[in-house]
Amino acid sequence: MRWLLVKDLLILRRSRLLVALLIVYPVAIALLIGFAISRSPSKPRVAVVDRTPPGETITLGGTRIGLAEYTDRLFSQVHVVRVPTRSAAASKVASGDVLAAIVIPSDIVSKISSGINQAHVEVIYNGDALQQSFVRSTIDSTLAQANLALSQQIKSVAVRDIDLLLRGGPLGVLGSTQNIVGLSHIAPALTGIAGRQPQGADRATLVRVAGFAAFAARNLGIAKDVLTTVSQPIAVNSTLLRGKRTPLDTYAVVVAVSISLMFICVLLAAGGIALEREEHTIARLVRGVGGALVTRTGLLAEKALLAAGCAFVVAFAMLLGVSAFVSLDLSRIGLWVVALVFAALGFAALGIAIGALAREVRAASLLAFLLSLPLAFLALVPSGSVARGLYDVIGAVSFVFPYKAALQALDAAVNGASPGLGAAVAHLLGATLLFAALARLGLRRAE
Amino acid sequence: MSATVASQETVLRVHGLGKRYGARQALSDLSFSACAGELVAVIGPNGAGKTTLLSILAGVQAPSVGSVSRPAGEVGWVPQQSALYSKLSVVENLRLFARLEKVPDVDAVVMRMLDQTGLADRGGERVERLSGGNRQRVNVALGLLADPPVILLDEPSSSLDPAQRERLWLLVQGLAGQGTSVVFSTHIVAEAARYAGRVLVLDQGRLLFDGAPAELVRVGGGGDFERAFVSFLRDRSER
Repeated sequence: MRWLLVKDLLILRRSRLLVALLIVYPVAIALLIGFAISRSPSKPRVAVVDRTPPGETITLGGTRIGLAEYTDRLFSQVHVVRVPTRSAAASKVASGDVLAAIVIPSDIVSKISSGINQAHVEVIYNGDALQQSFVRSTIDSTLAQANLALSQQIKSVAVRDIDLLLRGGPLGVLGSTQNIVGLSHIAPALTGIAGRQPQGADRATLVRVAGFAAFAARNLGIAKDVLTTVSQPIAVNSTLLRGKRTPLDTYAVVVAVSISLMFICVLLAAGGIALEREEHTIARLVRGVGGALVTRTGLLAEKALLAAGCAFVVAFAMLLGVSAFVSLDLSRIGLWVVALVFAALGFAALGIAIGALAREVRAASLLAFLLSLPLAFLALVPSGSVARGLYDVIGAVSFVFPYKAALQALDAAVNGASPGLGAAVAHLLGATLLFAALARLGLRRAE
Repeated sequence: MSATVASQETVLRVHGLGKRYGARQALSDLSFSACAGELVAVIGPNGAGKTTLLSILAGVQAPSVGSVSRPAGEVGWVPQQSALYSKLSVVENLRLFARLEKVPDVDAVVMRMLDQTGLADRGGERVERLSGGNRQRVNVALGLLADPPVILLDEPSSSLDPAQRERLWLLVQGLAGQGTSVVFSTHIVAEAARYAGRVLVLDQGRLLFDGAPAELVRVGGGGDFERAFVSFLRDRSER
């Protein structure tokens, strides 16, 4: 096996373009996918027609709220292109210069201030179904956030006024400040006065009024809590059931490295076996008279080890290189090695199975790409994003092939995510044995 | 015309050999033997089973029935399609297979093979840059590396020009002269008449004739060897 390894390394050294492509292409794909996962989409360009007069304020219960608070929040999620008129905005949307336009009417302030009428903003958008969906969801979420910010401001004004009503304090009326009595102080005051009154109709009336004041104070206190609940009915408290929370950046690193590992390993292993078939050397190597030069299992093992070794080196170097830019826990480096070794063996087994099926290197490479790329994408489909039945099918396919297990092993090794490294390694070992057996069978049939 | 004289020592014995691929019977009940130094040609129309027979003799395939007894040492095998690593040079190919064959003195054997095949001046050249004829010479050299007592050549001259063929047969005759038993298949029947001491005629997996070329000419109705061979096959198929 040693001489075969030397021979294959010599052939690899003489195929510099192939080796360069074999490393550059998967690393490029892996980095692109990694970036796509870790980076949020850029802000969409949105035209804004703001018809409100500058410095406009909303007056609520004598308190003024600047409209700029609302519009700033509204525009923070988008790249704003200010236009003067609605028609100019519409033409920008139609030409594709902006994805959408938001028209803020001049009466928005009076409608909000009325407390009766709901204010409206107009959204104009265009584009294909994907763009429409993207714009609609972005604008909807932006409007929801801005509305939430406004309602919280309104709530805080209302709560402050209710507090004043309950506890009393200084109140500005017609340019002068008066110290008003709070509702919560009225009931005890009236009860005290009533106690000092003789029995009779006046005392009974005072007791009734004191009872009402106490009742009103209690219910006004509840109103504060109701306002808080209505302004934000549901707050989110997240609980992670299993494993450790994985930052998106480090997960993207794991995805990028596992994809590189898969491509290099599968392509090299498949290409190695297919090259032996293309050169018609397998029969010469494994023929049985006077003892085989190398057994079929030995030949497959040699290709698998070569591919796994090369892919391991590239993937490990990638992880180390990335750790200079993304914070990775270097104390887990031993676990990285374990995950990479078993993942590489799983991919190498898949590669030799593909190589045993294909007659030539080009066919093997094509088959390796056609199989590997969808497998990677299938393994990245999150649960709940597709119908349950379809997800089960995807899960079954992903289970058979080694990519998902390799991703889980690396995620466990790098990020401590669940399921643990042991389960993923056991899964990879099973996949390795399965595909190695298929490769052995395929090689036998190929002859 | 054969330049070699076989000894009486039998080095290869085939008995009741048959090979079936699914429903197709590729070889049926073949029995023959070859002696040391003997040059045996296997001829027949396309699909007769020549390559199947040689690959079973080489141990690449197992027979469905029957037995093959071979000498204790290695049987050299030169497949129809050259089995070489095209990214490696001639010397690197020879050295690799010599190491895998575990020959005692790799460098000496490689030098001998380069001399025997006339490739000494092309040793450093990559196989992918060689002509078809030179590739075939390397292919033959690989089959001879372990200095086997029996060598099996599957259509060895098919990609060679006349001069290269002449050179190849000189080499093969030299091997037979040194006591190597040579079994070769060919679709150029004139080569069988010219170089073989014995001819095996296969058709549809059956052994129709086993004897000297002159005997086949006689059985086939005289004339030249090729005409007699065609006549023999036609006569057998009409029966």
